Amino acid sequence: MTDLQPDLRQRPSDDRQATALPYDLTARELARWTWRQVTSMRTALVLLLLLALASIPGSVIPQDNIDSLAVSQWRDNHPRLAPVWDRLDLFNVYGSVWFSAIYILLMISLVGCIIPRLFVYARAVRAKPPKAPRHLSRLPESTSYTTDEDPDVVLARAARVVKGRRFRVHYVEGRSDAVAAERGHLREAGNLVFHVAVIIVLVGVAAGSLFGYKGGVILLNGDDYGFSNNLTQYDDFAPGALFDPDVMEPFSFSITDFDVDWLTKGERAGMAREFVASLDYETEPGGDTETYDLKVNHPLTIGGTDVFLIGHGYAPVITIRDGEGEVTKSGPVVFLPTNAQTFESFGVVKAPFARPEQIGLEGAFYPTFAMGRDADGNLTMPASVWGDALDPLISMSLWTGDLGLQDGSASSVYVLDKANATQVMKADGQPFRMDLRPGESVTLPDGLGSVTFEGLQRWNKIQISRTPGKLVALAGVVLALLGLLGSLFVRPRRLWVRARRQADGTTLVELGRLDRSSGGDPEDGEAELAAIVAELQDPTPTRTSRTSSTREDES
Amino acid sequence: MTDAQWEVFSYQGVIAAAVLYFLAMLAYFFELASLRTPAKEVELATVAERPGGSSSAGVESAGESRRSEVAGRLGLVLTAFAVLVHFVALVARGLAADPNRVPWGNMYEFTIAGTFVVALIFVLATLRIDIEWLGPLVTTFVVAALMAAFLGLDDAVLPLPDALNSPWLVIHVVSAVISTGAFTIGALLSGLYLVKARSSATTGYLARVPEPKVLDRLSYRMHAFGFPVWTFAVLITGPIWAHQAWGAYWNWDPKEVWAFITWVVYAAYLHARATAGWRGRNAAVLALVGAATLWFNFIGINFFSSSSQHSYAEGAAPEMSVVLGLAGPVEAAQEVGVVVGADHPRP
Repeated sequence: MTDLQPDLRQRPSDDRQATALPYDLTARELARWTWRQVTSMRTALVLLLLLALASIPGSVIPQDNIDSLAVSQWRDNHPRLAPVWDRLDLFNVYGSVWFSAIYILLMISLVGCIIPRLFVYARAVRAKPPKAPRHLSRLPESTSYTTDEDPDVVLARAARVVKGRRFRVHYVEGRSDAVAAERGHLREAGNLVFHVAVIIVLVGVAAGSLFGYKGGVILLNGDDYGFSNNLTQYDDFAPGALFDPDVMEPFSFSITDFDVDWLTKGERAGMAREFVASLDYETEPGGDTETYDLKVNHPLTIGGTDVFLIGHGYAPVITIRDGEGEVTKSGPVVFLPTNAQTFESFGVVKAPFARPEQIGLEGAFYPTFAMGRDADGNLTMPASVWGDALDPLISMSLWTGDLGLQDGSASSVYVLDKANATQVMKADGQPFRMDLRPGESVTLPDGLGSVTFEGLQRWNKIQISRTPGKLVALAGVVLALLGLLGSLFVRPRRLWVRARRQADGTTLVELGRLDRSSGGDPEDGEAELAAIVAELQDPTPTRTSRTSSTREDES
Repeated sequence: MTDAQWEVFSYQGVIAAAVLYFLAMLAYFFELASLRTPAKEVELATVAERPGGSSSAGVESAGESRRSEVAGRLGLVLTAFAVLVHFVALVARGLAADPNRVPWGNMYEFTIAGTFVVALIFVLATLRIDIEWLGPLVTTFVVAALMAAFLGLDDAVLPLPDALNSPWLVIHVVSAVISTGAFTIGALLSGLYLVKARSSATTGYLARVPEPKVLDRLSYRMHAFGFPVWTFAVLITGPIWAHQAWGAYWNWDPKEVWAFITWVVYAAYLHARATAGWRGRNAAVLALVGAATLWFNFIGINFFSSSSQHSYAEGAAPEMSVVLGLAGPVEAAQEVGVVVGADHPRP
């Protein structure tokens, strides 16, 4: 490893290379060797490419936290492969151990890379520009000319000219035969800023996923239905690992109105646009009621919490009278769309307290009802042809018996528990169905009661999320971008001017230039050298160089 | 003009631009065909010619080189003119929509915008650096992409779904298109590098192309320009918009995943150059891998991924429209799956 040292000293910032494993390691040496491997540039590169590679499965295989429906379908279709995939965490790639391992290693590598570079940089910024090499003509870019002027005069002017070009200059008059200059430290600064910013981004993202939450609620329209921000009110809730319910802001809101514009012509007829949910909200209990038009791309922000409009649907208002004539169920029932375009929806209505028998309804809602026809014109399946409620109809089957709601265990309001229930049939053995338009009623067979389709309500799916650290992440990315610009476009370079009296009495002025851009874009430095030579040969210093020579040194 | 007229006008504009690019391509090909003499001689001839006046090189080869130079000039002028027409067609496309909007609402529009940027970057680059020799490749690529857009991706001018209706559409997509254009030219250069590095041709196109070292450096410059813009598009404006439209700034949506992969590959490319000293072959291969992920993201994800909220491909459009407009009621259906035993909707 000692043979690596001179190399390190030469270009300490760039060349942290992986080294071969030496023999006979003590534990300490092994640790050092491992650290060196992990923090080497090549390892960072491999990890970076691995990260790209590891991201691919997540875009091909359905992911639990993105599309769990697709995951369950996939599981059904591949019963033998699914357990294997499960063991490999392939349904949750971005939260898996192996994916985390890659980016954590990358972070360690990053930190291990930055820290020494910070020190190197701190030293480099304070250091004087290095002394002129003996043979300036051996540099990749060099030039020379002869003049009758005194070397000291030339050098003094060179120092001024180069300083005017915003180089940091080292020249002690009368004590050295050359001017040494350097500029472009901002490249390495940009590099470091970029790497630090990546860590800031990760901290911000981690804060969001650890302390934040994301929840959803289906909320019926109307002043009668409200939402207040606490855990019990959510339909689904995904908290971060370190989420604390106390941070939930105590706001509440209700949806007073929901508007949507259905396109009636053109190729996208049937598409809905311009969703607007009018909210009445209070930021704290007893506070002033304010209004807000919640739209897509236009979330409501209350404190650190954002409220988004992400879905809508229909809730038919249904009244069930039981066999004894009592109203046992009355109100809107949320039906969930099964077709995202026509809004054909599915739902169940349960009346567990109906007498003499419990009543359960299950069926479909068609916002604009039509009977499908096959090629011969025969009626086929009922369908909805339009998402707007132009001709709404519910079509439901009837169930009685034990609906499984008496024992107090949790069950979904969107599923009818048919384990102990029986479907009511007609005399001809066909299932009993009711097809109702708003305002219509039907009397149930067997003296079970009656069902009325009173009208239509709407609901909205609202997503509420709190993502602490999102501004930290954003600031991090912006910082990374700035750093990136510095590291890509600032060109670090060194310049030397040497003037020596020759035997014949003239003065030989040599200029050498070294481009230190590491990114493989060494610029053509001849232009800069030529410009400097021109200024040196011009006995009257130009105005620009005089004024700019008073500027601060660039670091 | 009415919207329909604007739409027709835009189509005509795109066709006219495509024809102009095609003519430019022919001019470039003619230029190449007249480069039968070994490149060295031509170079000598042109060098001798430039100071103006008596050339010591063969008169015949000088005449030939002048002919080829005229053809090359013509190619560039035609390309520049095509870019102008292309721009008019793009604007018309935006005016054809009701309400007027930026012309990148679907893949056809994105393609005509992307090819415009590729051609524009090329024309602007010729003003500053010697890159005219890239003309044949650029025009061929643009003509091919425009034809593909016309035949395969054409879509009517459609109103934007709500989720796309945002100022971020302009900022996010403009930066994505610009960086895609820069990366594409960078990939052309890297591909050219790989071919040139293995060839020893003294005549024909490859002889005209500069040294591999120059190709390598130009390719690097394109990537160095494209990468910060891509960072801005994918990691700044993208998440901001995603946060507004979908409620989470990063959703691991397939499109996002692949944009991230592209970012990582190009980051590795720049990193490798800066630190591991990868030049030439390795770097060129990495750049081509990056371009492959970039184009797969644009074409592949749009057509093959049904779960991406970014699927703007024609086939997916009707089915996705509502979902795009208002992230999935169907999704809502299964998310709501587990609910407490309340019989009544919550009061």
